[in-house]
Parts: sequence; C-alpha cells; structure tokens
Amino acid sequence: MKFGVVVFPGSNCDHDAYHVISKVIGQPVDFIWHHQTSLTGYDVVILPGGFSYGDYLRPGAIARFSPIMQVVKPFAASGGLVLGICNGFQILCESGLLPGALMRNRTLKFMCQFVHLRVESTDTPFTHLYEVGQVLQIPIAHADGNYYCDAETLDELQRENRIIFRYCDRQGHLTDDANPNGSLDNIAGICNRERNVLGLMPHPERASEEILGSSDGRTLFHSLAMALAELTRD
Amino acid sequence: MKARIHVTLKKTVLDPQGQTIHQAVQTLGYHGIEEIRQGKYFEITLDDSLSREAWAALMDKLAHEVLSNPVIEEYDVALEEEP
Repeated sequence: MKFGVVVFPGSNCDHDAYHVISKVIGQPVDFIWHHQTSLTGYDVVILPGGFSYGDYLRPGAIARFSPIMQVVKPFAASGGLVLGICNGFQILCESGLLPGALMRNRTLKFMCQFVHLRVESTDTPFTHLYEVGQVLQIPIAHADGNYYCDAETLDELQRENRIIFRYCDRQGHLTDDANPNGSLDNIAGICNRERNVLGLMPHPERASEEILGSSDGRTLFHSLAMALAELTRD
Repeated sequence: MKARIHVTLKKTVLDPQGQTIHQAVQTLGYHGIEEIRQGKYFEITLDDSLSREAWAALMDKLAHEVLSNPVIEEYDVALEEEP
C-alpha cells in the first residue's frame, strides 16, 4: 500500500500532502516527479495544489500534457485511486478525467479562507468514514475555483450522486452567500463515474491537524488508508 | 504565413472579467458600449512546409486540443499570408 504525490514545476502543496500522509496518518509515501512515466507500486496518486506551469494558458492546461499524466490516465482507468486537490482538480478537469471546468472566481479575487463544506456522498473510498450531511471546516486558496459544466453534465452528476462536497454555511445550508467562488450548484468536489477519481478545490491536507485550526480533512486521508487496507487484504 | 487564433468564452458562459472592464469603461464616461467580453489572442508564425489547407486543419486541431477548453470556450482561426 503506497501513496505517491506528483510534483509539477509550480506545485506548492506537495510537501503538505506528503507530511499529512507520512506523519499524520503514518503511511508510506513518495514524491513522483512529473517526468516519471511509471506508477508501478502505487495505489493512490495525489495531484497536489499549487500553480503548475505558472497557470499559463489556463490552470492545469499545460500540466495535463506532462509525461506523468499520460500514465495517470491508464492508472485511473485500471481502478487506481486519484485525488486532485485545488490545482490537482483543475488538472483532472483539463485532462478529461473529470467533467467540467474551473473558471475564474466570480469575485475575480484570490480567495484564501476557511469555508464550510457539506459531505454529500460517503460512497467513495475518499469519504466513507464521513457521514452524509456532515459539515466540515476546510480552507480554500484559489483564484480559479468556479466550477462550471453544461446542464446535461450537471444533471448526470446529480443523478449519479457524484457531487461529493458542496459549499455550505455553518449549519449546512447551501446558500449563495456560502458559495465563495460562484460554483454551479455550490459544487466544491466531484468524482468520476467509477468513483475512484476525486477532485476538490478545498485543501484537506491543510486541515488535518488541530494546530492548524481544523482536523476535518484528516478523515479523508484515513478513509483512503482504510479503503486501501481492505483492498490489499482481499 | 501567420495563424491568428482568438479564444473567447462561450456566449452561454458568464464573463466576470469582461463585465468588470465594462463597468470601469462606463465609469470613465465611454457611453454606448453594450457589452465587453474578454478573450485570448495567439499569433502563430508558420513555415511553408505545409499547404494552406493542411495548416488550417492543424491550427484548428491545436486550438481545439490545447489553446481552448471546449467546455467553456470557443475559438476562431484565421490564416494570413505575410506581406
């Protein structure tokens, strides 16, 4: 059972993710340089937050052509677990592993703050230790997190229960005021149809220890570790 | 030969940057401007190894695959002979 954190030029949350996996949940983890062309031996691949390739062209638009992404696709297709956080979510959308796109925040500002998230589905290896409706406090830090997709795709996401996290207020209500960036349907995170690829704009790796103000994100990594332990036992 | 490629947000997609520019422009006293939509412009210099038709097809592919995100954007490709 092994985690890999991909490092693109411009990634800046790679060390945070590495720290949480190695020190907080105590699992083996490696950094994976974006030039690498094999994921043999890995069970989970994390695409971390940051500004890969300086966000040139569009966030994630250049990273999706990097050598590692050419192996992340077959890795995901064969059931490997892929977690995209912030810029990682943008890369997953740009590469077509998740539907939709992340546009400039409606405020046009870089938003860096704690937000509340409602867990909408626990039917994923990433969220099975949460409860449906649970309200989490996790920070965001992005300029382009405004989720958009066409009406048909939105309908499909809703029908297939693939919206995993939504922005909400403290009580768990899905209000427009609680939506920091203008995302469609308050979407903060979605998964693919097979439920092994998750992308979210908030940073669970920055909310995994009490000293950082919240440890609500830690459960996501515990869920992954437990899902993997069960897979390896079978 | 040059390829000039414009990438813009689809009409159905909100353009908050364009709206903000529009508001600022109105504040400055420019009247009669109904809408501003912001986009990107790429000027690409081509050699003569391919025919005009072949370059047009290749630039269309490039605009679709790389320069635009078809989920939110549309593009326009124009080829021009250099003087």
